[in-house]
Amino acid sequence: MKSDLRPYGRRAFLGIVAGGVAALVWGRPLQRVTARLSPVSAFFVTGGWRIYTVAATMPRFDQDRWRLRIDGLVEHPQELTYRELLKLPQATQVSTFHCVTGWTVQNVHWQGVRFADLLAAAKPLPSAKALTFVSAEEPYADSLTLEQALLPDVMLAHSMDGRPLTRPHGAPARVVIPEMYGYKNVKWVGRIELTAAPADGYWEVRGYDRDAYVGHSNGH
Amino acid sequence: MSGERYLRRFSRTERALHWVHASAFFVLLASGLVLYLPSLSEAVSRRPLVKGVHVYTAVAWAAALGLVAALGDRRELRRTMRELEWFDADDRRWLTGRRAPQGRFNAGQKLNAAITAALALLFAVSGGLLWYGERNTQYRFASTILVHDWLMYLSLALLVGHLYLAVLHPATRHALRGMTLGSVREEWAREHHPKWVEELDHSLLGRPPGRAEKASDAISRSSR
Repeated sequence: MKSDLRPYGRRAFLGIVAGGVAALVWGRPLQRVTARLSPVSAFFVTGGWRIYTVAATMPRFDQDRWRLRIDGLVEHPQELTYRELLKLPQATQVSTFHCVTGWTVQNVHWQGVRFADLLAAAKPLPSAKALTFVSAEEPYADSLTLEQALLPDVMLAHSMDGRPLTRPHGAPARVVIPEMYGYKNVKWVGRIELTAAPADGYWEVRGYDRDAYVGHSNGH
Repeated sequence: MSGERYLRRFSRTERALHWVHASAFFVLLASGLVLYLPSLSEAVSRRPLVKGVHVYTAVAWAAALGLVAALGDRRELRRTMRELEWFDADDRRWLTGRRAPQGRFNAGQKLNAAITAALALLFAVSGGLLWYGERNTQYRFASTILVHDWLMYLSLALLVGHLYLAVLHPATRHALRGMTLGSVREEWAREHHPKWVEELDHSLLGRPPGRAEKASDAISRSSR
């Protein structure tokens, strides 16, 4: 009797566990293949995005009451309405969004305003070397150096994939800096303060890198 | 024979493990989907709270499983584990789609148990890495979150099949009684798990299966 027994149950268990642990290593490359081959993938359920927030509620955008304040080390502090933001010189770009937790969304179409154009009227003082983006989602904030903010594919975006930013994506305006992980791409920006030096943002206080270059920070 | 006799199929320890796992799974699935699906994230909004529910449910799940195993009938659990691990010739025949007499667990149930246990362990490992990786970059791997997602899809598929067989499918849904009240109709057991009923007869009377009826009587009285 004993000889006809096979430990299939144990093998199934160990095999799946081994495969799953190995997937921590090869999961990412494999997904690049399966995403191309099969429409039955996470991408078609979520669009690839996950919505990360830190507060109890998501800020709600009211077009008439919303203002973007630009202040700090500037000659002329500004308070822009949504309409005024849309009247500034517009830029578009297609870029990839990387989250530090490991997910990526490719080919996102952004429309918005480059920081050179956004800051032109405010005229940053020579002592201004960094920008702090204060989110309407308190207490979220993060900063970039002026140099980083002026990179050619960095913008304050108000549209994504041809439509105004939706609430989960930071309506009406968010930072887009494809070089860095998502937590530097502050959503629901309500105030930009120019400062002499960059300050630690929400996640940086919690141990994340301030210069969050994709592939070269936060242990990646 | 009358269909009113019942055989004890699952012990209280086994049932407690099953329902701890099942209830935690539903809480984890619901909170996990809120964290995962943008539309739900927006509708529910309170991410820090939902994340807390998800993480602490997982901790409570692991602790409760450990507690039940520690305080429950461990000898019986070990025996059940051996039963689930080993497949005999009939089990292998059954897996190829042919009819073959089955024991207390049929081969499909054995596989389901092995897969469920493996997915649970992987959920715990990948979830633990996600949680700890947020604090220590050394434990942050690019694929962790994808593995956690895939586990969700796999276990969801497994759950749909499991629920269908346990609740809807007319031939098998009587098994649910075994997992809720502990016992199943003898007549049903003889049809679906004949080798198990034979074993019970053997072990209780120490006699060949021909004398089965009385053994079944004894079991049904004690467990109803």
